[in-house]
Amino acid sequence: MVNKQGQTRLAKYFAEFLTTDERRALEGEVVRKCLSRTDKQCSFYEHRQYKIVYRRYASLFFMIGVDDDENELAVLEFIHCFVEVLDKHFGQVCELDIMNEPEMVHYILDEMLLNGQIVDTNKANILEPVQLLEQVTT
Amino acid sequence: MSIRLRELIKAVRGCKTAAEEREVIAKESAALREAFREQDQSYRHRNVAKLMYIHMLGYPTHFGQMETLKLIAGSGFPEKRMGYLGLMILLDERQEVLMLVTNSLKMDLNNTKNMYIVGLALVALGNICSAEMARDLAPDVEKLMDCPAPYIRKKAALCAIRVVKKVPDLLEQFVDKAAELLNDRSQAVQLGGATLMLQVARGEPGLILELDGSVVAKYRPFVPALCRVLRSLLQPGVSPEHDIGGITNPFLQVKMLRLLRLLGRGHTESSDAMSDILAQVASNIEANRNAGNAILYEAVQTIMGIESIGGLRVLAINILGRFLANRDNNIRYVALNTLAKVVSVDTQAVQRHRATIVECVKDADVSIRRRALELVYSLVNEANIRTLTRELLDYLAVSDTEFKPDLTAKICMLIQRFAPDRRWHLDQLLAVMLQAGAFVKDEVARALLVQLANTPDLHAYAARAFYRALAAHPDTAAPSLLTTAVWVIGEYGEMLLPSMGGPLLEGEPPLAVSDGDIVSLLEMLLRRHRSEHVVVEHVITAAMKLTARLPAQVARLRAIIGRFTASSQLEVQTRSTEYGKVFAHERIRSQLLERMPALDEAEYLKANNLDGAAAAGTSAPPPRQPNGSSGGAAPAAAAPKASGAADLLGGLDMLGGAPAPVAAPAVKSLVDDLDALLGGVPAAAPPAASATAAPGASTAAAVAAVSDDLLNLLGVGPAVPPAAPPAPTLAPSSAAAAVDPLASILGGPVAQPISSTLTPPPAPASALPAPTTIVAWQQHGLVMSFALTKHPTNPAVTEVVSTTTNNNQTDVTDFTLQVAVPKFMQIRLDPASGSLLAARGGSVTQRLSVANSQHGTKQLVMRLRITFTAAGGQSHEEMAEVSNFPPGY
Repeated sequence: MVNKQGQTRLAKYFAEFLTTDERRALEGEVVRKCLSRTDKQCSFYEHRQYKIVYRRYASLFFMIGVDDDENELAVLEFIHCFVEVLDKHFGQVCELDIMNEPEMVHYILDEMLLNGQIVDTNKANILEPVQLLEQVTT
Repeated sequence: MSIRLRELIKAVRGCKTAAEEREVIAKESAALREAFREQDQSYRHRNVAKLMYIHMLGYPTHFGQMETLKLIAGSGFPEKRMGYLGLMILLDERQEVLMLVTNSLKMDLNNTKNMYIVGLALVALGNICSAEMARDLAPDVEKLMDCPAPYIRKKAALCAIRVVKKVPDLLEQFVDKAAELLNDRSQAVQLGGATLMLQVARGEPGLILELDGSVVAKYRPFVPALCRVLRSLLQPGVSPEHDIGGITNPFLQVKMLRLLRLLGRGHTESSDAMSDILAQVASNIEANRNAGNAILYEAVQTIMGIESIGGLRVLAINILGRFLANRDNNIRYVALNTLAKVVSVDTQAVQRHRATIVECVKDADVSIRRRALELVYSLVNEANIRTLTRELLDYLAVSDTEFKPDLTAKICMLIQRFAPDRRWHLDQLLAVMLQAGAFVKDEVARALLVQLANTPDLHAYAARAFYRALAAHPDTAAPSLLTTAVWVIGEYGEMLLPSMGGPLLEGEPPLAVSDGDIVSLLEMLLRRHRSEHVVVEHVITAAMKLTARLPAQVARLRAIIGRFTASSQLEVQTRSTEYGKVFAHERIRSQLLERMPALDEAEYLKANNLDGAAAAGTSAPPPRQPNGSSGGAAPAAAAPKASGAADLLGGLDMLGGAPAPVAAPAVKSLVDDLDALLGGVPAAAPPAASATAAPGASTAAAVAAVSDDLLNLLGVGPAVPPAAPPAPTLAPSSAAAAVDPLASILGGPVAQPISSTLTPPPAPASALPAPTTIVAWQQHGLVMSFALTKHPTNPAVTEVVSTTTNNNQTDVTDFTLQVAVPKFMQIRLDPASGSLLAARGGSVTQRLSVANSQHGTKQLVMRLRITFTAAGGQSHEEMAEVSNFPPGY
């Protein structure tokens, strides 16, 4: 998750582990490529061995790197689903919410993705544990 | 003392520069270390959160790893949650710290009070599990797949994926479990089951060998079950909470379709079983939403991936056609992607969309262009190469640099394979070289040159095309273009002159170039590309070749060649020095520098043999004694048929096994000459050369030196393939070789060429009337006479040998003759024999061939432009009109 200025707001890695430096370099390249694309262009581009699927919401870019035989349109749909869940949780989600509560976004994401595979897309199912815990802690 | 995460974020956001940010982070990291050392319990949870934030910003956080473990070991849920999150983000499976966490994980997996803790542990395990952990915890995961709570089941299924990925041996125990999940009531669990089945069925590469697809076979009975699930999903409103734009759980549908593809591939029965549902999906899904398109996209891939019936495929291809025509770039992208995958299955169907695909090559979007290009490559054939190459070249101009090498190679390959004709081939490769010369491989350029050498019709055209290219882009031209172009100009340079190049080809812009311009171009290339010695080498050779083609420019060309005698590049220096030496052998220079023969060896030899037979058959064959036709003789007399043998620079390697008996003696004598040259014999013009020109150039000593050398060489003379019935004039030379080699070499053959200076080129005497001679021009003590002969078969063509003689008491240098004719005539000028007219009778000959298209109605007429430098360096330029051709010409 990256904003328009190219600042990373949230990042999660599944398949392979990268060192801090590799990670920075990869994020830099991917983000630069993404930001250089215009609205009219399609939401996919290739980078190294990955295919990047991205979607822009206001000033935030959501990017997912997938392998070659993934269904790009479904990934796109998943991003939207994720944003809807965030929206439901935060209520009119904005960059500030994500920035100030990265751990919460991680929790939500963990309910949706596991090891790069979709766990669930049912908003109620996803938010139930998260909100339950929210009540416990506060 | 410790700030909150939100405050840290605020502080970082407030930083204006990267340095400031680094400072804030460094300070906070120090504070964190301090807190960790003090075993601060109450803020541990918050500190790890800050650590993750720092990690996300790209700063080192290894010092906090232990803290996450402590959090996990804690009992409170919020702590555990943060601990596991930190574990997933900050650590990876390679770290040994991870071993310490296995126990905590096991405990949490078996927690019976709080299913969310179990969920947490499953997520963490699924994300970071290593092989050891997989082995230890696999039974727990397996057990959890039967857990009554769907929340646990779905996560356990996905966690199992990681486990079997890490330890393929464990795969077997999950095979059945995965299939059971398909019948689960929860769609999330079904999704997890399908994902796990996919993973299990795909297996690891090594595993497929062992089980050999048996997993796939085992899963095939589940095809009806899968179809049933899929069909239920097609009913609207089955499960509103998974509904996206009127479509129920597209993610699950996509997964199912993919699983079906895997099961149906190469298996007709299963393919038949699923074709109904596939048709239903393909025709019922609404394509106006992204979710629907995602399903259609997957369905099309499945239809094309399995052994489906024709009707279904037509349906799929039609969907792709609709996708391609869609205005949404995303849809077009996936359409191209799919077409690329199915092109091997059904080329014909893809060809139907060619126009649209080519349109996509021009798209502004690089992702679409790239996809479209890959498709285009596989669609090219003889019928569409012209249009497609144009498109590809257009794209080459705008493509990314990283993409160019591949694209260039592909275009070159396509051109070579499918080129409809040679001019087109040349044009296209030239265009490629101009746009991406740096990526054109040497072999491609070389193949082009061989082809050119074999295509005389294109020589002039190629020279003009390359000249234009170089003149337009002298700086940006890549070495591949430079070397190729310079080679062509060196070989066919004189054809650049409008008077020599013959008619322009259709659609070709005219080119006005003088011989001086050509040399200037070479000089400029040397200035601009001094450091690339490959280019310099080519320029030197081209300059040398041009000395025989552009007689008026010899001095300048020689200066170019001589400039590199002290070059630090060995090859450049060698060429420069050796070519310089050639000027000492004026007599043979023009033959040394003959055109390269066609390089197709088989073809060349055949032509040569035929030629020899024909020559032997005529009553008075031309004496093919290239080494004898000296400075004063017309070089054209020896060329062009014999050029193969005469071209030493190019033809030497062909002598090795050349079974061309008739040409052999000539070749042999040339070898002698070359040996003399390379052996460093004192630069003495062999005496034969002095017969007409340059009196006093040879001395007795020189004669002796040369003859000695020749004698030595001729010692091996008889070893040359026996000169089976050679031309009559050659007979004495080979017969006498053993007895008196010197005489045969110096005496015999020489007599003929000298006479040829004054008479038109020898031709079968019976076929040709004696030439008519007219005086074309006479001024400043110079006399130019034209010896005219009609072409034996075509009376419209007149061969003219111009001989200019100097009757002054001083030498005349830089002599050039240019000839222009009216539009209805065509003229070809061969290079002159030289540009120097020695005092008292020195002469230069030049051969012209004029074709009068209105022969019989209009008389031959020419305009001459003669330039020369007389004694005292005074240069003259004379114009003259020749209209005194005898009637009938």
